[in-house]
Amino acid sequence: MSPLSALLLRDLRLAVRLGGGALIGVLFFLIVVTLVPFAVGPDLALLTRIGPAMLWLGALLASLLGLDRLLASDHEDGSLDLLLTGRMPLELALAVKAFAHWLTTGVPLVLAAPVLGVLLNLDPSSTAAVAITLLVGTPALTFIGLIGAALTVALRRGGLLLAVLILPLNIPVLIFGVAASSAATAGTVPFRGPLLILCALSLMSLVLGPVAAAITLRQGLD
Amino acid sequence: MQIVAEGLACVRGGREVFRNLHFAVDRGEMLAITGPNGAGKSSLLRVVAGLVRPSEGRLILHGGDAELSIGEQAHYVGHQDAFKPSLTVQENLVFWSDFLGGGGEVATSLACVGLYALAHLPARYLSAGQRRRLSLARLLAVERPLWLLDEPGSALDAAGQRLLADIMVAHVGKGGIILAAVHGPLPQAARELKLAGAGALAGDGRGAPEKARL
Repeated sequence: MSPLSALLLRDLRLAVRLGGGALIGVLFFLIVVTLVPFAVGPDLALLTRIGPAMLWLGALLASLLGLDRLLASDHEDGSLDLLLTGRMPLELALAVKAFAHWLTTGVPLVLAAPVLGVLLNLDPSSTAAVAITLLVGTPALTFIGLIGAALTVALRRGGLLLAVLILPLNIPVLIFGVAASSAATAGTVPFRGPLLILCALSLMSLVLGPVAAAITLRQGLD
Repeated sequence: MQIVAEGLACVRGGREVFRNLHFAVDRGEMLAITGPNGAGKSSLLRVVAGLVRPSEGRLILHGGDAELSIGEQAHYVGHQDAFKPSLTVQENLVFWSDFLGGGGEVATSLACVGLYALAHLPARYLSAGQRRRLSLARLLAVERPLWLLDEPGSALDAAGQRLLADIMVAHVGKGGIILAAVHGPLPQAARELKLAGAGALAGDGRGAPEKARL
């Protein structure tokens, strides 16, 4: 098996095994979105209006949950040292790790969104729009988060710092994700424009995230 | 193949661990790195593996693959063994074998270190000595010329020590190079690099005090 597919398989296995925490994010997403109708009351029109934003906010927060373990667990048990002595460019190895993380934490959020849309009184077309924007946007959240994971890799309790570092960088993704979803609901602006910008943000983060994270890790070598 | 260090110095956490370190190790040779705790044995191995940047000096590997860094041609066995507790013994070893480039047989390596019967046990249930044996299996499962071993004998029982000695002798017998940080003797006559700590090098009796040339 090639080094990269071996790494992908290992990280997927670790995520679904005991203590891997693949489903923590989606459970958190579920609970956050479930709380919204209780908080704003049974105003169906209001729920429909803020629904996409709530789903996006929930997904954004849920995507932060596993990020602090993305590299820190490999750092603690010495795996990161050996990943550095592998013959794979570190950038590629990190991209594979982030991809595995997205498959186990981002994709469940995308799959859960349509179910949660019902709770927020979203019609099928806007639910589909939210799911599509999440599918396109969650890779950006993970790959930008990879930079934060690299920055906080050596910190024992880096989770909160990581969230503070990363959330501002995620604002553009949030803006265009919600804009595209709302466009499908309200129909004031076309759906296509913000969605394409969201795609661009994701593609940029796919390249920038691993490169920046690799530079960070190399700088922090000790 | 020969690994040469020229004027190597290392600063960690603002403290100079060692400086002006010179050595050259040829193929088929072992180098025992000795010294009291905190003398910089682990730091030196991490510098050679490329995991810590030297503050001065350089390392050259003659006769290696010019496309690869020294770390990419080396096995680094540190205090942490990089095995995931939730994966089985075999899954752990197969992963590292695939990732690091393979070249050896996973099943044979496991059998050699006496872990074949435990291949399907999650690594969390291994004892410290068994985890160390699994690290040795990684040395066998992936062929790399340079071995950097940081106290490889720790936690091993008497049989494990003999096994370690056997695979080290076999490796240098095949033309490999071993740099090992140890407190006891190495399995075969090896040159010794004594680190005294804080930059003051004791040398090996052959070199000048501040310039331990081997």
